[in-house]
Parts: sequence; structure tokens; C-alpha cells
Amino acid sequence: MTPEIDALIKFGINVLIIIIKIAVVLGVGLLHVAYATYFERKVIGHMQVRLGPMRVGPHGLLQPFADGLKLFFKEDILPDKADKPVFYLAPVIFMAAAMVNLSVIPFASNFVIANLNVGLLFVLAMAGIGVYGIFISGWASNSKYAFIGGLRSSAQVISYEIAMGLSLVGVMIMAGSLNLTDIVRAQQESIYGMYAIPQIVAFIVFTIAAVAETNRTPFDLPEAESELVAGYFTEYSGFRFALFFLGEYIAMFIMASMATVCFLGGWTLPWYITEVIPFINYVPGIVWFLMKVYAFIFFYYWIRATVPRYRYDQLMKIGWKILIPIALANILVTGLVKILI
Amino acid sequence: MAVTEVRISIHPAGLNPKDIAEKIKEKFPDQVVDVTEFRDQVSVIVKKDRIVTICKYLHDDPLLSLDHLQDLTAADYLKKKEVRFEVVYNLYSIKYRHKIRIRAQVPENDTKISSVVPIWAGANWHERECFDMFGIIFTGHPDLRRILMPEDWEGYPLRKDYPLKGPEPENDWPGFTEVLKRSKELREFEWEG
Amino acid sequence: MIQKEAEKIFETRELNVNMGPQHPATHGVLRLVLDIDGETIVKVTPYVGYLHRGIEKLGESLSYFQALPLTDRMDYVSAMSNNIGYCIAVEKLLGIEAPERAKFIRTIVGEMSRIANHLLWLATHALDIGAMTVFLYCFREREWILDLYEMICGARLTVTYPRVGGVRNDVPQEFLESLWKFTDEFPSRILEYETLIDQNRIWLLRTKGIGVISAEEAVNWGMTGPTLRGSGVPYDIRKHMPYDAYDKVEFEVPIGTEGDTYDRYRCRMLEMRQSNKIIRQCIEKLPPGPVMADAPKFTLQPKDKMMPITHPIKGVAYFVDEKVCKGCGMCMRACPAKAITGEKKKPHKIDQALCLQCANCFVTCKFKSMKIVPGGKGLSDEKLAELAKASIPEDIVKAAEHLVAQFEFIKKGPKAPEGELYVATEVPKGELGFYFVSDGSGKPYRMRLRAPSFIHAGCLPRLCIGHLVADVIAAIGTIDIVLGECDR
Repeated sequence: MTPEIDALIKFGINVLIIIIKIAVVLGVGLLHVAYATYFERKVIGHMQVRLGPMRVGPHGLLQPFADGLKLFFKEDILPDKADKPVFYLAPVIFMAAAMVNLSVIPFASNFVIANLNVGLLFVLAMAGIGVYGIFISGWASNSKYAFIGGLRSSAQVISYEIAMGLSLVGVMIMAGSLNLTDIVRAQQESIYGMYAIPQIVAFIVFTIAAVAETNRTPFDLPEAESELVAGYFTEYSGFRFALFFLGEYIAMFIMASMATVCFLGGWTLPWYITEVIPFINYVPGIVWFLMKVYAFIFFYYWIRATVPRYRYDQLMKIGWKILIPIALANILVTGLVKILI
Repeated sequence: MAVTEVRISIHPAGLNPKDIAEKIKEKFPDQVVDVTEFRDQVSVIVKKDRIVTICKYLHDDPLLSLDHLQDLTAADYLKKKEVRFEVVYNLYSIKYRHKIRIRAQVPENDTKISSVVPIWAGANWHERECFDMFGIIFTGHPDLRRILMPEDWEGYPLRKDYPLKGPEPENDWPGFTEVLKRSKELREFEWEG
Repeated sequence: MIQKEAEKIFETRELNVNMGPQHPATHGVLRLVLDIDGETIVKVTPYVGYLHRGIEKLGESLSYFQALPLTDRMDYVSAMSNNIGYCIAVEKLLGIEAPERAKFIRTIVGEMSRIANHLLWLATHALDIGAMTVFLYCFREREWILDLYEMICGARLTVTYPRVGGVRNDVPQEFLESLWKFTDEFPSRILEYETLIDQNRIWLLRTKGIGVISAEEAVNWGMTGPTLRGSGVPYDIRKHMPYDAYDKVEFEVPIGTEGDTYDRYRCRMLEMRQSNKIIRQCIEKLPPGPVMADAPKFTLQPKDKMMPITHPIKGVAYFVDEKVCKGCGMCMRACPAKAITGEKKKPHKIDQALCLQCANCFVTCKFKSMKIVPGGKGLSDEKLAELAKASIPEDIVKAAEHLVAQFEFIKKGPKAPEGELYVATEVPKGELGFYFVSDGSGKPYRMRLRAPSFIHAGCLPRLCIGHLVADVIAAIGTIDIVLGECDR
């Protein structure tokens, strides 16, 4: 056997592994989204003294599939005066930008599709591209509500991206890397076990910015149904609407994963827990990862069931006048501490 | 806390409506046509010419201070009274708790009366409704358009000579026939079966 | 020059947005045309009338009894209060008064409808501002009230329970017990809503200083109810012109100071507690006695009084007196069973096998050719003729007379004295006024409804201009309008 063929086989195996990984992540990701909607409806339902979906399957467990089927077979309405190619493209951009992020998230110690050295930047960049999806969907619909929704959303996402990026700088300084896997490792080795403790300020800023970034209550102004009907996707129906919907839930998952990876220690547990209960080490890391992610997502739902909605100017005020200065101060303090110690 | 619960006394201490009617009579002797009373409610029937002056007096007089325009409407007395229309102002004083009703006569051949919007801003929509329903034109009104009926409606529904039942379908309001036509057109897109 | 050119190139225009009539936050079919500069409102033009059904015109063609169900369809959120308002106005016009017990019952159901209305208002107002959970909490209690309504009158929304001269029927004991339990629990439920929004930072940001209107201006705009009281004007018709049992119960009226959305919200929250208090007092004080006024000329009497017969009405047969019958055919047309046959100008005949004993022919006949005989179904004509010759028992004659009288009464309505009056009542949304002009017949010559929602919708431009788009939603919520009432 020549070394060339050997290398070819190795390459083939690598490609196969990557494809399998992609398939697993994609499958799990989409299934997750389906059940994230179910989870949300159940959680909020019980918070609001009602049951949530109960009809399709036992306890409504098959509801997400019923919804998916319904959306899939619905008529795809195209507004008369819409900019057709752009109108068709927008949900794809939005969805793709959200899904690509899944490739850099380290779910477990060696389970990451692309172990990028600039993973953190990549996620922020993709969030930026997602704005294009929102904005051009609002623009191409040629509807005033969608237009206002698109404008609001782009302004909001851009402003809060700054706060979010700045809040993550503290983590970068502490970990000394932009690679997400390295960040998790660095946390494991640090005395705190997770960066949420030393970077508590950044964590709070990140949490708020993450809610705003994904357009969720109380920052769901772009799609505030009482004002703008449905915001930027007012004119979308059927499967195109479903793409926006999926994109939003994937974005939520990404944000929760980012919080887990950057602040909550990813798939690892802090040493002070593993020391006390040693056999907990035998639980695979992915379990901890998903538990943390779901705790964060639960927090999203909890907020939604509790608080009213901000007004647009108030939202911008919070972003620019409170969150960004706090994040900057946090960077300064983190940097000083890093130099001094 | 900004909002407090207060106890409001029940017993009114206002002027007798008859006294108010007398006051109006004194002040505008040539304007008052008649004063009627029914179930302790007094109406002063006046001519329409100086209605704004009368209303302004009632609103501004410190002893009357009829600041709350409860209702402004009209009534059509076709073949019942000499003057066909009457515009009715129900006034109330929140401070003194007395009330009076002013009825301004508007003849059929000249259905114009001055608007009281400068005195009570709330009269705006009331007057629009009167115009819509009776065809009484309020001069000086900032935005006199139809309000409840469609803008291209013909006729004034609350007049007594307006039929209760609508016209035949073929000469119905154009807006409705248009909707009917459109629904017929769209029927071909309906699902079969 | 260059500046002018630049201005031309970068010329800005207001964006013209049409909000409604199909829009999630316009509470029905309100349509607003907004001119917005960025997010700031420059101009608001409300359009109403999409739900106009001509209730005023319809009222003129119906008798005073028949027009009562129309008032349900005005403010369908608090139909009970509308009914009460109408009944009070007609009672005053007719010069009758409801008995004590009916007054207390009406006060109870009126205050229940105030709570139900404010709950719906809070639910939708909070939902518009984004607090979704409050919506469902409120509906839980509203549902309870609607179930209580069902217990007394069988309907949940369009109740038509109060009648001119009292109420339709007495309340059952279970109703009072369940209501008492409700009043026990309700204050803690209000606290539950308040924990969610009352001190919530976002709620305060969204409602404080929004839609401010001063006391003088609010009066000038004709605002009434909690919308006015939020601005600090102590005007409550329940105190100013007491009706029903409001002069016999103790309650306070919440008054705001700022005149903003938050104060109006607080006013309504406190008002619910006061309503709760009123209901408890009324249940405690509820006197025994009849629930309909004893005024046979103006009100419908209880059925046993109306028809004091010992025979059940089914135990009689109808029979045409051939000597009297002119053969006009009126009874043939009136008969629902088509039991009457005959030719014109010849005496008709009733087929006893088909006859339903409905008495329609009896009431219709102008010549009094119909005879009632005691008996029943299946008697032969000869036998009936024989029976008719014998003297008819007096109670049957009396029953027949009552039947005719009742028929006439329902058809023509109570004869109101000539005159005109304006009667206002405090419905949850504000001042509901009825202006009646009576010409002495059983139908109003002119029926005018002064609907608070109509006036409040007219104030919208005043409340919105200068604020942001999101505040329009808060303003629509805070004035508490129902378009069924606004458009009538």
C-alpha cells in the first residue's frame, strides 16, 4: 500500500467522521428546536396556570411534528409588490447564519465539528450576518410593519452585539484564547472552575445582551405583536415563516451554548464539585453541557412569562448607556487584574 | 402612592335647574323660546343663532361652571313640531352638581349651527355624529366628516323620513355591491368539494 | 443654494401607517392612521364605524322591552352594566321604581360586571404592553364571574338579566354562596396580578408619564369613569347621582393625581377592590321581597299573576263560533300548525287533531269568534259546540283576557308619558347615558346612547401625539374602549 493511498483513506475517514458529526449535530439541533418549542409552551403554560399542548400524542409530545407538518404544507404567499429574489433569500440567510454557528460549538471534550482558533469571533460574525436576513426580509416584504420591524431589529442587534462582544472580551483576556474548546479547558484549570464567578459582571451583561440579540421578551420589539403585528416576518407564511422560527430557536440555542462555554464551564464541572462527589466524573460531559444549556433556555422562557416589553427608545438607552459602559469597565478591571497578578 | 381613595359625598348641593333656566332667560331674553320640565329635568329651548355665546356663558360663569358636556345629540321632529330639528346639549357641573339641558332649534331649510368644539373639545365627535346621522352642519367644526357611516353614504339615517330597512340590493350602497362583486369573483379560487 | 439642493435630496417624509381594523392591539375594529416621523407620532386619525349596527335607529322601532337585548351588544364585555343603565333610564321615564331586593341584586351584578370588565381590560392592557401572564391570570377570575352569570340567567356574555322594573328572576342561594367565596378570594388574586406588574421596572417605564392629560382638559374632552378619575377629578355617577343601592353601601372612589397611564391603571385596580367591597356589603344587606316592581301597566308581571288559572292551558280546546266568524282568514295565517281550514267569507274550522292549543288564533281574531271550552284534544265538533253553549268557567275567561292583554302589552310596549330625559349610569368604562324622547307611545321617539368608548376613542389623538409608536398601544389600552359600544 502506497503512502498516497494510505493518506487518501485517512482523509476519507476524516471526511466521513466530519459528515457523521454534521449529521448528528444537525439532526440533534433540529430535533432540539422542535422540542424547544414544545418545552417553551409547556413551561410557559404551567407558569400561566394552564396546561400547554395536550392533544397531539401523550401530553402533546407530538405537537412539534404536527406544527412542522402544518407549516410545511401551508400555502406560500408572496406579497404582490415584494422584491421576489430577496424575499425568498432572506429566511435562508437568517437560518443559515444561525445554523453555521453549530459547527464551532464544543458539545463535549472532543466533539466539535470545526475546532476554529477564532471560534468566538466566528459566532459574533455569524450573528452579524443574521441581521442581514432580518433586515432584507423587512425591506423586501414592501410592507410598512415589516419595514419598521426590520429597522428596529437591525438597530437592536447591532447595538447589543457590541455589548455582547465587549462582555466576552473579559473571558478572552482570562482564557488567553479565542478557541472555544480552549476557553472551556482554561476554565477547568482555573481556581473558580467557571468564569461566571470572576466575570459575574460580564456574565450579566452577556445574558441581557443575549436576550436582546435573539429578539426575545422583553426585547422582542422587532416582532412586538401588539405594535407591529409580527415585525419583519409579517408577510411570510408557510415554510418560509418556519425558517425564521427555526432560526430564532437555533439562535437561542447558540446563545445558551455560548453562555455555557464561555461562562459556565462547558461540559466540565468545577473541581470543587468533582472533589466532593468523585463518582460524578463518570457522567459524560455532554450531559452537563446540555443541562447548562437548558437551564439557560429555561431562563429565557421564565423571563418571557414574567416581564412586559420595553419601548424602543428605552431599549436603546439600556444598550448604549448602561450595558456598553459596564462592559468596558469590566474589560478595564479584568485587564488591570491580569497585569497585576 | 399617587392614587388615593377618597370618599365622595352622595348628596348634591347644586342649583335648582329651574334657577339656571331663569338665569339663562334673564341673560338672553330674546333667545329663549321655551322652558320645559319633565321628571325634575329642565330643558331650555333656545334659538340657534347665539348658541355659542350661551354655551360659553354656561361654561365660564363661575356660579354655573357647567364644564362637563355629558351628551350632544339631535332629534328629528318631522311633522311633530314647527322647527324640525333640535340639537340637544346635556350639561353638568362636576363642581356644583347641577345640570341643565339646552335644546337649540334648527329649521329644516337651514340646517346650520355653530360648533361648540372651542368650548368643549369633547363635542368634536358628537357633532360629527350629528352631521352623519341628521345632516346638521356645524359651522366652525375642525373636521366635519362622516364618522359612523361610510364616507360615500347617501342620506342621513336617523332622520324620521329615512327608512328603517335598507334599500333593495341592486341600489344599495356602492361599497357593499363592490364587496359582493368581489366575493363572486374570488369564488373561483375556492376549494372544490 | 447648495443647502436647498441638499434639502431636496435628503427630504424626509412622515411614514403613513395604517393600524387596523385588523390589528392585534386595536381591541376590535378600531382603525388608526398614524403619521410617524421615525418612531414619533406626528398625527393620529382614528376611524370608527366598522361595527355600526344602528342601535339608535333600531331602538326607535322597538318597544321599550324589545330594545333591552340591543344594549347587550354594545359593550359586550360588561353587558350587565349596559342592561342596568337602560333599565334605570326606562324606569325613570315610566316613573316606576324597582323593589329593594331587585336594586341590591342589580348592584351586585353591576359590580360583578365592573370587576369582569376591569379584569379584561387589565388582561389586554398588560398583554399589549407585553406582560403575557397577567392576561391568563385575569381570565381565570373573569371565567369565574361568567360562570356565576350563567348560574343566574343561563348566559355568560349577553345576559339580558335586569328587566325594566327589576330583574328577571331571583338569585339562587348557591349563587350567593359561590359569589361570597369569590369575594373572599378575589383580593388575594388582585395582589397576584400586582406582584407581576405593579412595581415592575419595565411596566413603570412604559406607563408613567405616558398619555398625560390634566384634570381640566380631561373634563373638557368629555372623559368619564376611571379614565377621568386618573386625572384627579372626583366624578363618579354612583356618588353624584346615586341609583340602585349605591346610596346604601359604603365605598370610596380612587382618584389619581398625575393623569398618566399608570394612575389610570392604579385607579382601576383599586376600583376592583372597592367593587369587591360593595358586593360583600350587598350580599350582607340583601333584603327579602319581590324582584319585580308591582306596576301592571308598565312591567311584565310574574307568570302566575298574569294567568291566574287553575286549569293548565293545555286542558282547553278552541272552537270557532260559526255565527260570529266572518271568514277573514286571519286565524288561518296565524296558525302555526295549519289546523284551521276554510274558505273566504265562510266560517272556518279547526282540525282538533292538529291543534296545538297555542291560542294564536284566539288572540288574532278580531271578531271574538274563537271560543275556549274546557276539554282537551280529540273531541268532536258537535261535542265542542255543545260544550260551548254551556257557561264557560270563569277562570278560563279570565285567563283568555289576560292572554290578550299580555299579547297587546308585549306588542305595543308600555305607554310612557310624553317627555324627554337623560339618565346616566356609571358603567365600568365611564358614563353611559340614555337620552329618551317619548311621544306617549310604547316605543321611544328618539333613543340616544351616550357611549363612553366613543368619546374616549375621540381623545386618542390628544393622548398619542408626540409619543412613540409603542405608546399608542398603551394609550388605546388605558382609555379602555370596546368598539361595539363605540360604533353602536
